[in-house]
Amino acid sequence: MDDDIRELYQEVILDHGKHPRNFRHPGDANHEAHGNNPLCGDRLTVYVRLGEDQRIEDAAFEGRGCAISVASASMMTDIVRGKTVSEVEALFDDFHKMCMGEDEGVALRGPEEDLDKLRVLSGVRQFPMRVKCATLAWHTLNEAVHGGATTSTE
Amino acid sequence: MSAASVKAAAQVSVGNDFYDVEAIRADFPAMSLLINGRPLVFLDSGASAQKPNVVLERMDRAYRSEYANVHRGAYRLSELATENYENARKTVAKFMNAASPDEIVFTRNATASVNLVAHSFGRAFMKAGDEVVISHMEHHANIVPWQLLRDILGIVIKVAPIDDDGNFLLDEFAKLLGPRTKLVAITHCSNVLGTITPIKEIARLAHQAGAKVLFDGAQGIVHAGIDVRDVDCDFYVFTGHKLYGPTGIGVLYGKKDLMNALPPYQGGGDMIEIVTFEKTTYRETPARFEAGTPPIVEAIGLAAAIDYVTGIGLDRIARHELTLRDYAMEQLGAIDGLTIIGRPREKGPIVSFTLDGAHPHDIATIIDSRGVAVRAGHHCAQPLMERCNVAATARASFGMYNRLEDVDALVDALKTVKDIFG
Repeated sequence: MDDDIRELYQEVILDHGKHPRNFRHPGDANHEAHGNNPLCGDRLTVYVRLGEDQRIEDAAFEGRGCAISVASASMMTDIVRGKTVSEVEALFDDFHKMCMGEDEGVALRGPEEDLDKLRVLSGVRQFPMRVKCATLAWHTLNEAVHGGATTSTE
Repeated sequence: MSAASVKAAAQVSVGNDFYDVEAIRADFPAMSLLINGRPLVFLDSGASAQKPNVVLERMDRAYRSEYANVHRGAYRLSELATENYENARKTVAKFMNAASPDEIVFTRNATASVNLVAHSFGRAFMKAGDEVVISHMEHHANIVPWQLLRDILGIVIKVAPIDDDGNFLLDEFAKLLGPRTKLVAITHCSNVLGTITPIKEIARLAHQAGAKVLFDGAQGIVHAGIDVRDVDCDFYVFTGHKLYGPTGIGVLYGKKDLMNALPPYQGGGDMIEIVTFEKTTYRETPARFEAGTPPIVEAIGLAAAIDYVTGIGLDRIARHELTLRDYAMEQLGAIDGLTIIGRPREKGPIVSFTLDGAHPHDIATIIDSRGVAVRAGHHCAQPLMERCNVAATARASFGMYNRLEDVDALVDALKTVKDIFG
């Protein structure tokens, strides 16, 4: 099988895609946003409970989408819990660079442990049309914590 | 029919009426492309078809040695360009069996043609409370222009239903027609389900109710052809690029008297008789609707594409495509966990499907690595996706250059998807 395809659909991605973590609607969420990829019809809702110290106490999501977008949302909701909004923004920036193949020789700001986990999704760099799938959840989270109602990757 | 017998039937039909698909493929440069190191298996002609050499060469010649603006210069080159452009109009008129080339307006694409009708017919003949009837399987191009008109005029949009197989329900449609119905705007062939709609009956019922009728022929003209006088439609729209022609050229067929009763869509040069700052008078159709420099070379390219398909025979192409459709339905239908979306009685060579456990987007990416190009997504038909209870589908759509082996390649590539998503 094609190496790029094998790299895109690693076991860990397939596992998150099939058995997404934090796939629920928490009753005590105080921020949420809808994400929509009009190109393929993927739709996600990201829920966040944000503390007064701007720290994410809980993050979860619901929706439907391809393996890449669901796996990305699943991994993201695990990783951002306990982080502040500004830490999450730095991590999203790193992740976006990885997906675009712009991370080589660039100092990334997020914790190495998290970057290692996210790196499994960086196979999308070989598939420009799929970058939006990997980043949809992050755009939506960004929208949620900043109080917006909906977001779109188009 | 079993898979083997479909294949055998195809070979028999080749024996009786030789459809030389290999010779046709040799006319299309894209058919010898390698994608990811493998021969391209192009199953996305429903989105846009590949172009034969005759179209590319004709356009190249038009630009190199026959090019000037049309309808303006009193010099040889402009006369030649004008003649070529107007001959393209004649070719389209003949292809659709229009009564006159004057009934053919060149636009940018099918979407632009629908918008022209929504604007010009809508504003001239519709008011608040008047009704447009569309169907549940329309492309967004035949939904959104009517919604824009609704926002401006307060018209009402009614939606004719389909059954679970994707058949157009003529009786249910007839019930929606009434004294307020001013226009019926229905697809000739669904770009998702492949459904060929009963256009002649739809036109008859619409006219009986006193309404005009428009058909969206973006897919239909390619696979079924159109005789606008036999069907007796008032408007018929299609685009050049799905008919093996260039992008940037669309057609609006409109009955002459009706078109001359409509106000212009866009204002500019070439569509006027006399302009003063106080008052301007407009030319008759088609000039009235072709403001500004038109897509000259694109029109010439479209005519070359029409000459090419009519030279081979649209009916022969259609028969070949239906053999591909039958083989695809059979082979795909045999895959465990695969569901074909749309099994109408009359179906063009468009096969949408879903696969358990694998999202259409993932399917398309994975089989692309095997050189197989299909479309994945909502196909600009979100209300239809809701109706079919799917978020998206993968879609294989066939063209004149596809072979039975292309279906085999698709089926084989889908095994890779199953290996990954197991």
